[in-house]
Amino acid sequence: MAWEIVVGIETHTQLLTRSKMFSGAPNAFGAAPNMQASAVDIALPGTLPVANRAAIEHAIRFGLAVKGKISPRSVFARKNYFYPDLPKGYQISQYEIPIVQGGTVHFFSDKAEKSIRLTRAHLEEDAGKSLHENFKDMTGIDLNRAGTPLLEIVTEPELRGAKEAVAYARALHALVVWIGICDGNMQEGSFRCDANVSVRKTGDEKLGTRCEIKNLNSFRFMEQAIEYEARRQIEILEDGGSIQQQTRLYDPDRDETRSMRSKEDAQDYRYFPDPDLLPLVISEKDIDRIQSEMPELPSSRFKRYTDQLLLATSTASVLTSDKGLSDYFDRATESASTEIIRQTANWIAVSTNAKLNERGISIQQIPVPALQLRQLVERIVDGTISGKIAKEVDDAMWSGEGTPDAIIEKRGLKQISDSGAIEEIVDEVLAANGKQVEDYRAGKEKAFNSLVGQVMKRTQGKANPAQVNEVLRRKLAR
Amino acid sequence: MSLTPDQLQRIALLARIDVSAEEAQGVAERLNRVLGMIDQLQSVDTQGIEPMSHALDVVQRLRPDAVTESDRRDDYQKGAPAVEQGLYLVPKVIE
Repeated sequence: MAWEIVVGIETHTQLLTRSKMFSGAPNAFGAAPNMQASAVDIALPGTLPVANRAAIEHAIRFGLAVKGKISPRSVFARKNYFYPDLPKGYQISQYEIPIVQGGTVHFFSDKAEKSIRLTRAHLEEDAGKSLHENFKDMTGIDLNRAGTPLLEIVTEPELRGAKEAVAYARALHALVVWIGICDGNMQEGSFRCDANVSVRKTGDEKLGTRCEIKNLNSFRFMEQAIEYEARRQIEILEDGGSIQQQTRLYDPDRDETRSMRSKEDAQDYRYFPDPDLLPLVISEKDIDRIQSEMPELPSSRFKRYTDQLLLATSTASVLTSDKGLSDYFDRATESASTEIIRQTANWIAVSTNAKLNERGISIQQIPVPALQLRQLVERIVDGTISGKIAKEVDDAMWSGEGTPDAIIEKRGLKQISDSGAIEEIVDEVLAANGKQVEDYRAGKEKAFNSLVGQVMKRTQGKANPAQVNEVLRRKLAR
Repeated sequence: MSLTPDQLQRIALLARIDVSAEEAQGVAERLNRVLGMIDQLQSVDTQGIEPMSHALDVVQRLRPDAVTESDRRDDYQKGAPAVEQGLYLVPKVIE
């Protein structure tokens, strides 16, 4: 029987602000426990929340980026539950009227362009952290994270399967980092996903009963968790059982999900408008100003790269996965020829990207200025060096040896395109390799490659490969 | 509208208030009086009136994004029953 996997994703995005959502305490990761928890964050009686303008503007930026509706008037609500890392006994969130309604995220999955509708994005505050391991019979509470501004971004249950869900999450991650509202650091919890997973028989209209998998903080775990959970549900249904609505946790060590709490003890959050906070009103003027400050979005750059610059979709999607990388490409190729644009795009998407990953640095820390990379590609295109030698020059640029022209000069890497010189070397090679010449004439193509190799070796890779081929073929044909 | 004993216990549990069997009757009566007032409010015709989310007809003022609070952990933790390594300690919570 064919089953369809249905996934909806909720993402908690920590917003990039200096101070917290409702207090003037610093919003930074990694301080010693409770050093960044103010009287408001630890819920001392008599304190009052005051909303942070930057967090609200970040939410508007997101709404504009996904073309959602920015609510002219939205309401903060209390979500009531008891847990020691939530000292007020409620989380300030938004319930009936979120700041962003609707919207669409575009992404690529299996090389096809897809889009997913968003239900909403609402502002809320993060809770503190509970540390269960270090104390006997006690739990340690760190409230530094309490009050960190969050934008919770919720999709419709319309993603099909683990791969598509992960492709969406990656695109969303790239987008929130791109528009500068989140640092995207998943290890530090800046971008945390919950997945709602259900299965139904292919063709069924009605959604199956869902289970929610909490706190997936890596894309790899997210894919594994959804795949495991869908398999678990299908097995139960095929054995004639039924799915219980549950909240589950993914255990990466055992590659399985297990129940955290079931529907019977589901929380009753008793949401109501927070009397400490007045309605949040956003004017058209504010929205227009923020719109005018928005950077070009990855989807529009992607379109420009594929439609105008005619880059391959795979190359364009690597370049637009990171605003810095894309900006670097734009700087390197400003008013360049088609061939230089194409080769620079490939160079950045493959070689530059690999080197950045290898060293674990961001594009902002790259030792090679964009215009030097442009010069390197120009030297390949104008025939000064071969692609192979260019790799050597690039390595030297990364080690800080200077501009491509300086490196080519200093190391004597200029390609030998002088046909007289190449003919001379080819003659030497043919004279010294009688056996390969015979083999080639007997029809062994492999012998030809060996002869090319000999010529390249004698020139330390500097002979123009196309010319070497041509001269060799001509001389061997005699 | 009036509360059943089960509803009362459910509300008490959600609020983490221990209501004993002896107290239950009295608490229910007092809560029902409040619910009676709500019933009275709900009988008013509000057709065509936009609901308010706050009693004051004013809007939220926003705070500039600046750090205005300095660390006062030691002061705050003086009032805590148990503290270790900068953490507040509470009885073990198991998920």
